[in-house]
Amino acid sequence: MLKLKNIKASVEDKDILKGLNLEIKPGEIHAIMGPNGAGKSTLSSVIAGKEKFSVDAGEIEFEGEVINDLAPEERAHKGIFMSFQHPIEIPGVTTTNFVKAAVNAKRVAEGKEELTPGEMLRLIKEKSALLELDRKFLSRSLNEGFSGGEKKRNEIFQMAMLEPKLAILDETDSGLDIDALRIVANGVNMLRSPERSAIVITHYQRLLDYIVPDFVHVLYDGRIVKTGGKELALELEEKGYDWIKEEIDNK
Amino acid sequence: MAKNEEDKLINDVTNKEYEHGFVTDIESDTFPKGLDENVIRGISAKKEEPEWMLEWRLDAFKVWQTMEEPDWAHVKYKKPNFQDISYYSAPKQKPELESLDEVDPELLDTFKRLGISLDEQKRMSGVAVAVDVVMDSVSVKTTFQDTLAKKGIIFMSISDAIKEHPEMVKKYLGTVVPVKDNFYSALNSAVFTDGSFCYIPKGVNCPMELSTYFRINEEGTGQFERTLLIADEGARVSYLEGCTAPQRDENQLHAAVVELIAMDEADIKYSTVQNWYPGDKNGLGGVFNFVTKRAVAEKNAKISWTQVETGSAVTWKYPSTILKGDGAVGEFYSIAVTNNYQQADTGTKMIHLGNNTKSTIISKGISAGHSENSYRGLVSISPNAKNARNFSQCDSLLMGNTCGAHTFPYIEARNPTSHIEHEATTSKISEDQIFYCNQRGIDTEKAVALIVNGFGKEVLNKLPMEFAVEAQKLLEISLEGSVG
Repeated sequence: MLKLKNIKASVEDKDILKGLNLEIKPGEIHAIMGPNGAGKSTLSSVIAGKEKFSVDAGEIEFEGEVINDLAPEERAHKGIFMSFQHPIEIPGVTTTNFVKAAVNAKRVAEGKEELTPGEMLRLIKEKSALLELDRKFLSRSLNEGFSGGEKKRNEIFQMAMLEPKLAILDETDSGLDIDALRIVANGVNMLRSPERSAIVITHYQRLLDYIVPDFVHVLYDGRIVKTGGKELALELEEKGYDWIKEEIDNK
Repeated sequence: MAKNEEDKLINDVTNKEYEHGFVTDIESDTFPKGLDENVIRGISAKKEEPEWMLEWRLDAFKVWQTMEEPDWAHVKYKKPNFQDISYYSAPKQKPELESLDEVDPELLDTFKRLGISLDEQKRMSGVAVAVDVVMDSVSVKTTFQDTLAKKGIIFMSISDAIKEHPEMVKKYLGTVVPVKDNFYSALNSAVFTDGSFCYIPKGVNCPMELSTYFRINEEGTGQFERTLLIADEGARVSYLEGCTAPQRDENQLHAAVVELIAMDEADIKYSTVQNWYPGDKNGLGGVFNFVTKRAVAEKNAKISWTQVETGSAVTWKYPSTILKGDGAVGEFYSIAVTNNYQQADTGTKMIHLGNNTKSTIISKGISAGHSENSYRGLVSISPNAKNARNFSQCDSLLMGNTCGAHTFPYIEARNPTSHIEHEATTSKISEDQIFYCNQRGIDTEKAVALIVNGFGKEVLNKLPMEFAVEAQKLLEISLEGSVG
């Protein structure tokens, strides 16, 4: 589904990704872990197409198509979704209106009719129930005054509405208490299917108890330096990253 | 994006620049350019006005000649040559129309393109809108007059009102905006050619939205309309006003005067969607919109001004309320959008004279391109106004680095029991907001529209339903191409 081939990326002339390779097949969940500053958030921004990040070399291939030159909204239309580490506030725009605009923009891009208000309402009801969001929450301004947990639940709600092929969860667990974590993880798990994939970026193995990954990668200094199964996450939790850093730096 | 798709988009966007920029090809009767006493006599004669009206105009003309064009606003423009304007232009048509079928089909087509189909509205039941349409200088057709008459409501062109209800016009005209109030009000008083007149009798709740559409069509003409609206004791009315003009390289002058009178316990809601031609991308052409709007609110009366200002090259406009009676309430809700080289200096005056009077000001300015957008407002509490309250909120949203947003709030509190609050914010649409929308599949143009609509929500929510949708679209169109 997604192939990253030798990606080199920089922001404001600072090299962050230094030849990153990653392949994700349909149905797989990949966890990306690593110390601060390793390039985890850059990786998600590069896949989503944030302009500030310049891809200096390598190819991003999504479903067989190189998407390096596609605008972020075109990538979204193809089924790439990113749950933001810090969701953005848009004053005066309700969550309902925002997700309506998003769902309809995607449908139009796919050559489908926009949903009628009735259909939209039904879909919103169904998906918000999954995430235990109440109606009042949906009529509040997007992310404005939301608690950390509410923001993340809202991200996963939008994901559920858009049903992406590839979901990138960028530190979705940060700022979540244990109940919110379970709700968010449930939301993600409900979307699991043989066709859908996810990249879970996290510092803590805790989230991976709920969203069980097929692979765990360690990102360090702009490259993936170690890959393993879910047991690697446990090992990292126990031993930290220093042993990996030493391994790499001594090479 | 595929190349041909891109071309189509670019084409769509550039063509959508100003969608009301068409000229209606109908025969019109237009005065030669220039202004003197004879022109004023000519206008008065065309209108078959009574002698007192002519005298009033001539007096106003004398006053105007002694006045100078104001230059305190934060706008720069080449002052119009008042001798280079034609002061009267009327579509040629049969004088008396029995039904809409007799209206020039070209004219009807114009209204259809403006999104107001008169015949459709005539057929509409339930929520209806009565429309008075002013094309260039004359009122073309007032719909629903009969329905309204059954309730004792008078809604007609001001020219008709001068003839049919002279006592009322004589009593109220110029009482809220005196002739000598300012340069443009004096000019308007001398040369106004049409506009709407409305009277709602005691205790009557007007059963439908009343609406006036103004359009400048002829080249080289100015539009000077005059609106007079009187809500008698306990009456309620909601009034809408819309404006468009064709695209022209020259600057056209629009100098209107609107006077509202809300007697004891009356309630007037006055909404404007102003979409005069703003000029092209380089600031060529566009309408000069120099308008005086003022209301007087008697005891426990309420005046609510709502405006969505997206058009005009230069706007100079301060819909104001004199809170004369005890317990009177004044509200001003405004969204002003400027793009390219547009300049707007707009706001309100809340003059508190009565005890326990209350005013609310919510102003949202959006600037893009090389435009300048200023809020200018006065809150004045007279020594006799006990326990007056005001809340003002002025928010500015900037797009890009070449536009300007300015706030000039003036507060004159002469009574120690008054309570005045003022809040102001300035924000920019952030790249992160745009990216967030983009990531959800919403393209940048739509993202800007969404963010701007969210920014202006408190004001848009005050508009009557059917106008709110139009206003949202207008905001979107006005800001097209403003984000690179």
